[in-house]
Amino acid sequence: MNDVTCAIKSNKKIADQVYEMEFYVNDDLIERPGQFVDIKLDGFFLRRPISVANKAEGSITLVYKVVGEGTKMMSSLKKGETLDLLMPLGNGYDICKAESTEDGDIYLIGGGLGVPPMYLLASSLIRAGEKPKVILGFNTSEEVFYEDKFAALGLDVTVATVDGSHGIKGMVTDAMPPEAGYVFACGPEPMLKAVYERSRDGQFSFESRMGCGFGACMGCSCRTKYGSKRICKDGPVLDREEIIW
Amino acid sequence: MVNTKVELSGLTLDNPVIPASGTFGFGKEFAEFYDINILGSIAVKGTTPEPRYGNELPRIAECAGGMINSVGLQNPGMKAVCEKELPELAKIYNKKVIANICGSSEEDYVKCASMLDAQEQVGILEINISCPNVKCGGMSFGTDPNTAAELTKAVKAVVRKPVYMKLSPNVTDITEIAKACEAAGADGISLINTLVGMRIDIKRRSPVIANETGGFSGPAIFPVALGMVYRTAKAVDIPIMGIGGISSARDVIEMIMAGATAVQVGAANLSDPFTCKRIIEELPEVMEELGIEDLSEIRGCAK
Repeated sequence: MNDVTCAIKSNKKIADQVYEMEFYVNDDLIERPGQFVDIKLDGFFLRRPISVANKAEGSITLVYKVVGEGTKMMSSLKKGETLDLLMPLGNGYDICKAESTEDGDIYLIGGGLGVPPMYLLASSLIRAGEKPKVILGFNTSEEVFYEDKFAALGLDVTVATVDGSHGIKGMVTDAMPPEAGYVFACGPEPMLKAVYERSRDGQFSFESRMGCGFGACMGCSCRTKYGSKRICKDGPVLDREEIIW
Repeated sequence: MVNTKVELSGLTLDNPVIPASGTFGFGKEFAEFYDINILGSIAVKGTTPEPRYGNELPRIAECAGGMINSVGLQNPGMKAVCEKELPELAKIYNKKVIANICGSSEEDYVKCASMLDAQEQVGILEINISCPNVKCGGMSFGTDPNTAAELTKAVKAVVRKPVYMKLSPNVTDITEIAKACEAAGADGISLINTLVGMRIDIKRRSPVIANETGGFSGPAIFPVALGMVYRTAKAVDIPIMGIGGISSARDVIEMIMAGATAVQVGAANLSDPFTCKRIIEELPEVMEELGIEDLSEIRGCAK
């Protein structure tokens, strides 16, 4: 684990209240898709945990939504300003488990701010020779982002919006088969639960209010079939079979 | 060369900096950031006789200058602490630690204190009678002088190691509780635990924390803690571990000037995992700057 000071390469709005921020940093620090960084912001006591959307040679990209004062302040930061990041945090997705499955298609399912980690995951799966199907869910067309980026990877992308203003009308589960073989999911908990119920196997990434982000404070513990786990350290990704709702 | 060594009930610490219970687990997460052997000691995670899962999520809320937690003493229970956590900590930390003990009855405290007293690694027993996040026990033992004194006596009767009572600020007069613990045989006092507080999510119109209220900590509470340490140091003759909002070497000096012998650093470890390391590195510089050769010179000097 590292505490790094990174300069901002860019910070721009990509959808309603949604921003994409790229940092100059050693991208090798991010070992797996689904890992996150914890950002120290001036004037705020707790760090902001944000999942990694993409990495390139010498940089990583985060996508975040302005939901409070901290993320509002983040959205005002300019190119060249520096931030203090703890990284890499969390276990991330294990793509080997999906490769070994003989169970039909692999689905990547992201809802809202659950979409960004799916992008790095999609790239990793493609490099591993997989061609996952992508389902993205948003409330409304103004919130849609990254549809074109997934399509540019050559993947089959379906977008669902709750109000039907873009793509199909409904939830991500409306774009899923009755029982998906293997899913990688990230999004709000009700979405994860709905996806869980329509899948045989997979990995689910959970959000939580965190204290430290690195496993010390027990602020984000959850119950699993194998005992208590810390979302920040033992997660955020849990295997389908260990989840207790 | 300045001397940062301090002595707590016969235990000599290389420096007065101790991570506070509940903010440092059993050390291993921080050992990924730095060599934790630099620490004066470590107050390990609060331990109860049986394993505890703790409270429902969310357990964390942010505040100006700090945070609220309602973890609820999640811990693997005293058996796992003695058989697994402490031996694992011994591999990465070669000094004595402070065991933090909690329970929901006098019997719980006595049972847990006896077991941890028998661990060679444990140098001091810190009896947590101030946790605001558990329904039974915890803070209810620390808000009445008689109850606190009885518990102190009960624990002292079964252990050989020094006993420090960890007090709550959520009382009318903390010095009364401290005096009662001293009279009952406590070897020292740790103060303060967190202040009861809450936040409301104004969009959802409901408390942020599932348990509604939690324990408020962080730099914002430093003046409150300092005031209580100052008043308690005047009221008792036993050593004090000063806790509450400490995040710099200057805060440490203030706490010692108020009367503390050692200090515990809590919430700051969570927002900056290097806090204790930074304080330990800065302390000699600050001492030199202020012309302090030995911390004992300034203990309780603010009058």
